[in-house]
Formats: sequence, structure tokens, C-alpha cells
Amino acid sequence: MRISLFIPCFVDQIYPQVAWSVVRVLEDLGHQVDFPEGQSCCGQPPFNTGYWDEARTAARVALAAFRDSEVVVGPSGSCVAMMKVFYPQLFKGDSQELEARELAAKTHEFSSFLVNTLGVTDLGAKFEGKVTFHDGCHGLRELGVKKEPRALLAKVRGLELLEMAEAESCCGFGGTFAVKFPTISTAMDEVKCASILETGADVVVSNDSSCLMQIRGMLDKQKSTIRSLHLAEILASR
Amino acid sequence: MTTFASEFKKMAGRYTADLTHRAFIKKALSGYYQKRDDSKASFQSWQGARDLAAETKYEAVNHLDRYLVEFAEKIEARGVKVFWAPSAGEARDYILGVARENGVRSIIKSKTMTSEEIHLNDALEKEGYGVFESDLGEYIVQLRKEPPYHLVFPAMHLTRGQISDLFQKELGSAPTDSPEELTMIARSVMRQKYCEADMGISGANFAVAETGMISITENEGNARLTTSLPRIHVAILGIEKVLPRLEDLALFLPMLATAGAGQQMTCYNTMYGGPRQPGEIDGPEQMHVVLLDNRRTEILADAEQRDTLGCIRCGACLNVCPIFKNVGGYSYGTTYQGPIGSVITPHLRGLQDWKHLSAASSLCGACTEACPVKIDLHHHLLQNRRNAAAAKPVLIEKISFLGFAWLMSHPSVYHLAAKLGRIFQPLHPLVNGTFLDPLIAWTRSRAFPNLAPTSFHEQWKKSRK
Amino acid sequence: MSDGKTIILNRIREALRENPAPRPHASHTSSDREEVPRDHTPREWLPKVGESLVEQIDLFARQSEGLKTELHRCGNMEDARAILSMLTTEGGWKKIATHTTPDTSALLEKNCSEILKTDTGYRIDDLESCDAGITGCECLVAQTGAILVSAPSAGGRALSVLPPHHIIIARTSQMVPDLTAALELAKKRYGNKFPSFLSFITGPSRTGDIERILVLGAHGPKRLTVLLLEG
Repeated sequence: MRISLFIPCFVDQIYPQVAWSVVRVLEDLGHQVDFPEGQSCCGQPPFNTGYWDEARTAARVALAAFRDSEVVVGPSGSCVAMMKVFYPQLFKGDSQELEARELAAKTHEFSSFLVNTLGVTDLGAKFEGKVTFHDGCHGLRELGVKKEPRALLAKVRGLELLEMAEAESCCGFGGTFAVKFPTISTAMDEVKCASILETGADVVVSNDSSCLMQIRGMLDKQKSTIRSLHLAEILASR
Repeated sequence: MTTFASEFKKMAGRYTADLTHRAFIKKALSGYYQKRDDSKASFQSWQGARDLAAETKYEAVNHLDRYLVEFAEKIEARGVKVFWAPSAGEARDYILGVARENGVRSIIKSKTMTSEEIHLNDALEKEGYGVFESDLGEYIVQLRKEPPYHLVFPAMHLTRGQISDLFQKELGSAPTDSPEELTMIARSVMRQKYCEADMGISGANFAVAETGMISITENEGNARLTTSLPRIHVAILGIEKVLPRLEDLALFLPMLATAGAGQQMTCYNTMYGGPRQPGEIDGPEQMHVVLLDNRRTEILADAEQRDTLGCIRCGACLNVCPIFKNVGGYSYGTTYQGPIGSVITPHLRGLQDWKHLSAASSLCGACTEACPVKIDLHHHLLQNRRNAAAAKPVLIEKISFLGFAWLMSHPSVYHLAAKLGRIFQPLHPLVNGTFLDPLIAWTRSRAFPNLAPTSFHEQWKKSRK
Repeated sequence: MSDGKTIILNRIREALRENPAPRPHASHTSSDREEVPRDHTPREWLPKVGESLVEQIDLFARQSEGLKTELHRCGNMEDARAILSMLTTEGGWKKIATHTTPDTSALLEKNCSEILKTDTGYRIDDLESCDAGITGCECLVAQTGAILVSAPSAGGRALSVLPPHHIIIARTSQMVPDLTAALELAKKRYGNKFPSFLSFITGPSRTGDIERILVLGAHGPKRLTVLLLEG
């Protein structure tokens, strides 16, 4: 299968290793991976703040970039949800509405793609350590992704999964919310990190890099030695 | 920023910093989660029940005129006076009128958020009526002269010590740290009031059109006493409370109890269809039902958000909302807190003044997931943001996002800007956390990551050459 | 001059005119929102109830235990009287309130307490000073351990809620499986002439308003006893 990568701006600029992990996993499975270089941002920041005209302007770039793609896969629940769930609403009544619907239909979140589309859970990955998993809210509630990351982690040799009490609680990122309401965002981050600590895990893993950025930010502030990794990085480790 | 918005931010800042308060609320809710999950698990399908509940409310709300007319006709046929109140003021005036015309002196109330919404108590007290809240939580906050903290559990933020002190001060009772003893103190005070009151004011959870009845859900029995002993019963409810058929209660009563309190059924679920009927032993001589609009029809007109009128005021969304759990009920500064409050308050009180409530959310969707009638709560928050920005964009936001959109539509410029960011990044530690820091909103409480030396775009280009 | 009713109905009609709302979407969130399937009934989703009377009584008993409803299965009226006698002695009861039915009369036949009958009315302070109130009921609901009472079947509105101990005397033939059945029963029994008061009682009165800790006997009865006779 020819798979087009959708790499959100966070991953592009701050965590490129996550993108390479996705490439590695998909290529190891025998698929051809391409990266439409015209992509920039899915348009979430203006969209979430209510500026839908500006969001559309940014989103048109995505429509163009993925026009010729067969299937689009992205390692971020929130950005994929933006395309899959919100593009049809954003482009309702617009001349590009059909294109938006088509892109929505062919875009998938990485873990969901592996388990539900490709039907694989065992990627031959090896990772020694105690891991806890944070469910990014958009992936969880907009896309219904919950068992897929766990099915994949279950097959990673040497990995022990410890569920945290607040796995489904929001980390507090929420896009512009994190800087518009920093005290609330921070409080939510504290609750999440306390739950992570309680598990005794060495590593916190998520399927959303923006969540990891928020969690890492607090863990670093607390001078914690707990590592944070994207699910793709775990799945690519040998 | 409006004063309401800055007030919200101030209160939110205060409460999020109060770790004791946060821990207390967490503890208070932990028992609820377990019981709620147990009750949900006893359903053959909680999701199936939600679907049916959503469908039933859809039917009711989208034929609201038909069902309201049917309800009013049926209940009037049994001697109830139905008053249709287009606004809060008219509702208040009517109730004051009933009190005046009947020489009422003492009024007892059971829990009704609708009466909070129209500030009924203030209006009654101003006219010299003694008004007693009979619901334990409402009674407690009434004594403290505070509004309810949570729409189902008004006093959940108070410790037993605080309540004991309160009773000691206001009632002269002996101090105690037993919730049971505190409850008994309130019980004995209230018994007096039930027996003396001329008028009982209640709300209603549902209004059944088919049989012309209102239905009240409670645990304490105070609503039953409020509506049994006084000679006049006034019920006030929002027009959206209507349900088509009596059998709908078989679904909604357990769902309200489960979502609201983690119970299979609350203790008393009572259907009232009139004042004392011929041949009946007791009950009020008069019964009045006040149907309140107060801008609900504006929400009705917004087809996208019409489902919000299906709300059964269970409070489940509050109980799962990470914002509510951290900022507490008072930060909202409104009658209705939590996600439902953040969705409807901009409609009920003004979009531009209250849009900040819809903005103060990470849109995690836990509320929508918890809602027994499947209101699309978190998406409505998003829609409110869109509507607010479309009607009156905030200048700095508009400019920033115009810039953002332009930048993202010109990828080569975007990548250049990112390169510049890398050049300036080493300077950031110099201003990190200070007033010069452009990222201060983040860095005050969290570490900010470094940009990678090269972006994935650059790395990909290089690797695939 | 328009009255409130006209104003509100006009607003509603205007709001709904040619302005359809999206139907509720099916249970799992997805980008293709299928419509909720219709024509289902509560019975399909609410907790399942066994079909036999034995199963239903058993369920009712289990629910009662969880609710702290004191359920006594009585072989005959003599058993019921014995339990009432025990409660009277235990509680040091002086005055019991009730309304007149064949069962309440039979139950109180040999009771020595002062009896207040509410049949033709009562003084509030008189009822308030009773130690217990004894009533009949419309039916018992197995599914939730609830008892449906009404003004005619329970001697008015206050008898079953003002005295601190509420005693219900009922028969096994009054057991119905679930809330749907209970409401159907009420509809069939009363047709168009519903009583002004019907109530599902599910356990003794309680509150969780203080630190969300459960306390029994908030305002209504602290204790609820059901004397369940055969027949």
C-alpha cells in the first residue's frame, strides 16, 4: 500500500524522531511511504479558537497536499480528528466540501490504522520497561481509539503496561487553552502527572505529541526522571 | 476582556491554587464514580438507554409547542393554574402575586435551580416573606448566604467542620463532626417549617404531557413534604422539561439517578397532577405551575444547539469535567456550572459577556460522553467560540490567526520562520519565566521543549535525495 | 395584548419553523454519524427482570437489602402483627397513624398504641407526633425495590412521609416486574382520573449532601418496613 504521512507541526518541528518511527514501522511492514511536502498545519489552532475562516485557509493547504494520496496516516489523535471529524463541518457549503469529505474518509490515526486497517498488532518491537499510557482526548473521544494502542503495546517484548487511574483524564493541553487559561491547564497537568507517578512507571507513552509536550513540561518542572515517548517510538524500538 | 471574564480568571486562579480544595472535591467525587459505574453496569445497555433517551428528548424538544399545550390542558383539567412566563421578571411577579393574594407569610422551598436562575428568593425576601430552603445542601448554603456550588450537590465543597460551625453560629446547636447528627439538626429545624408554611415552592424534573403531571426526583423527602402540607403549591420549571409519555419516566428516572447520583433510583420520585382532588385526604388547596421561557426559545431557534434543551440537569457533566474539578463551582459565577453551564450561559445571559466560559475548556469531550441524553456538549463549546468570533472577533486573535493562516499557506515562509526560531531559541533561557518571555503563559508553570535541530521536512528531503 | 402563553408558543413555532435539528447520532462517535435506531423501549436497556414471581420477589428482596428497606415475608396476618408488635415495643411507640383498608385494619387489630386515622383528614401536629405511619400501596417494583404509592392507596400524601417510620403492608400479588409495568398498572387502574399524587418510594429517606456521605432519614422516614403477605 502507498501510505502518505501526515506529520503535525509539533512532530515536524519538535519531535521529528516520532515521524521517523512511523516511517520505520510502516516500511518494515512492507508498505511504501511518501511524505507530501506541501503540508504545513491542519488548521486546528484557529479552528479551536473560533476563527474558522482562517482555519479554512490553512486547511486548504492540507487538501492540496493530500489530494493524490491513497491513504493518509498521522501519529496524532487531535490532528487526525481535525481532518476526519471536523473538516467536513469546516468545509460545509464550501466549494471544496467534497474534497474535505474524501480526505476525512481516507485519513487514519496511526495506531488505529495498524490494528483496524492493516490488522496487525505484533510489530516485532522490543522495549524493556514499565510503561503507562495516556489516552489523548481527541483520539479517545473523537476517534474512539482506546484498545488499539493497548493491543499494540501488549505485543512489545519486555514491556510491562501499568494503567494509571486517570488514563482518560485530559492532560490540559487543549491547544490555545493551554496558554489562554494557563492556571487551569497547569492544574490538569498536575493531576495527570500525579496519576502517572502513582503507577510507578518509568515511561509515559501517548499517541499524541501535544499531550506529551504538556506532560513533559510538567515532569521537567517537577524534575522527574520519568521519560515520555510517543507510541510510534516504542513500536519502532528493537 | 469583560468583567465577567476577568472575574472568572481570578476565581479560577484562586481555586486551582487551593490544593486542599481540589483534593477535597476529588475525594467527594470518588465514591460517586464507583456507584455510577455499578449502576450503569446493571443496565442491559447503558448506551442503548442513552440512545433512547436522546431520541425521546429530540421528539419532545422538536415538537415543544404540541407537548406543552397537551401538558397544560391536561393539568389544568384537574384544577391547576398554569402560568406561561416569557421572562424571569414575569415569573417572579406571578409568584409574588400568588403569595400576596393568598395572605402567605411563610414559604418553604424544595430544590429548584430554575428559581435560582430567576433570583426568586431575593424577590420574595425583599417583599418580606420568610423563605426556607428545605433541601439540606440548599439550606446550608442559604445559611451561609452563598449560591449553590454544584447544581445537584449545593454544599459539596464544605467540610463537616464548616457545617458544624455554621449550625453552631446560626442555630445555636452543639458542635459535632458527625454528618448524621448534623443532618438530624437540620431535620428537626425543617419539620417545624413544613408544618407552618403556607406556600411550598418546588421545581420539577419532568413534565409529562400525556397525563398532565410534573415529576420530582429527590432523596430526602423534603420535596414531598413541601408539596403535601402547605395549602398552596407553586411549581416552577423550564419549558424544556416536557416529556411526551408517562412511560418515558420508566427510562428517565433511573437514568437521572444513575448519572446524577450513582443510584439506581433516588428515594422519592413523585408525580403530581393537581391540587387536592375531590375525595382526597390532604394536599394543597391550590396548585400553580409556572412554565418559564427566559430565553430558552432562543436556544431552541439555534438548530445546531437545540439538543441542549434535552438537559435533565443531572450534573453528570460537572462530575467528569476536569475544569470543574479544578476551578470549582463558584468560579463560573452563574446559576449553571460546568459544561452545561458553559454551553447555555452565553445563550441565556449574552454571548460576548460569557463566551469565556465556552473558551475555558480543553474540549476533552468527557462531558459529552457522560451525558445521559447525548447532548453534544463539547462541540457546542466550539460552536459558541465560532459564533462569538464571527460576531465580534478579538482584534489580537484575529490578527494572529490571519498571520498564522497566511504563514501556513506559504510553506516556504513557514519553514523559514521555523529556521529563525531555531536561531533565537538559544536566547530564550535568558528571558524564560520573566515578563520579557513571549511564552510566559506556558513557561510560568511548565518547561518548554527545544525545537529539534532540523525539522522532519528537512530531514526527509535530505534522506530521500 | 398578547398573553404569556401566546408569546411563548409563537416563539417556539417560529424557532422550529423550517429549522430542523440534526437527529441524535448513534452511540459511537465517528465521522459518519448514523442515526439512532428508533422503536426501542426502555425494557430492552434497563436491568433485566426475571419473569416468574419467585424471581421477582427475590430481586425485590435483594434490592431492599441494598437500600436498607426492612422487608419481612409474612406467611399470614398473624406473622405481620407479631412484627408490628416487636417494632412497637422496640421503638416505644405511643401513637401510630394509618388509613383504613382491610389489611391495615387487620394488622392493627391487636395493637395497643393510640391510632390516628387520616381517612377524613388530620391535624398536622397530630400526624407529626406519630411514631409510625402504616399504609397500603399500589404495587411493588421488583427491578428497583421501589413501592408505588398514591393518595388513595396510601392514605393521602403526608402519611407515608411525615412520621419517622413508614410501614407498608402489601401482598405478593402486587409485585410487578419493572417501572414500565408499574406505570401501566397506574394508567389502567385510573384511566383518565389520576390521583393528584403518585410516588415511587425506594428505600428510607437519605441524603449525601454533607461530604457526599450517605445519611439515612434526612427529612422523610428514617426507616422503611415492608410487610409482604402472600396472596
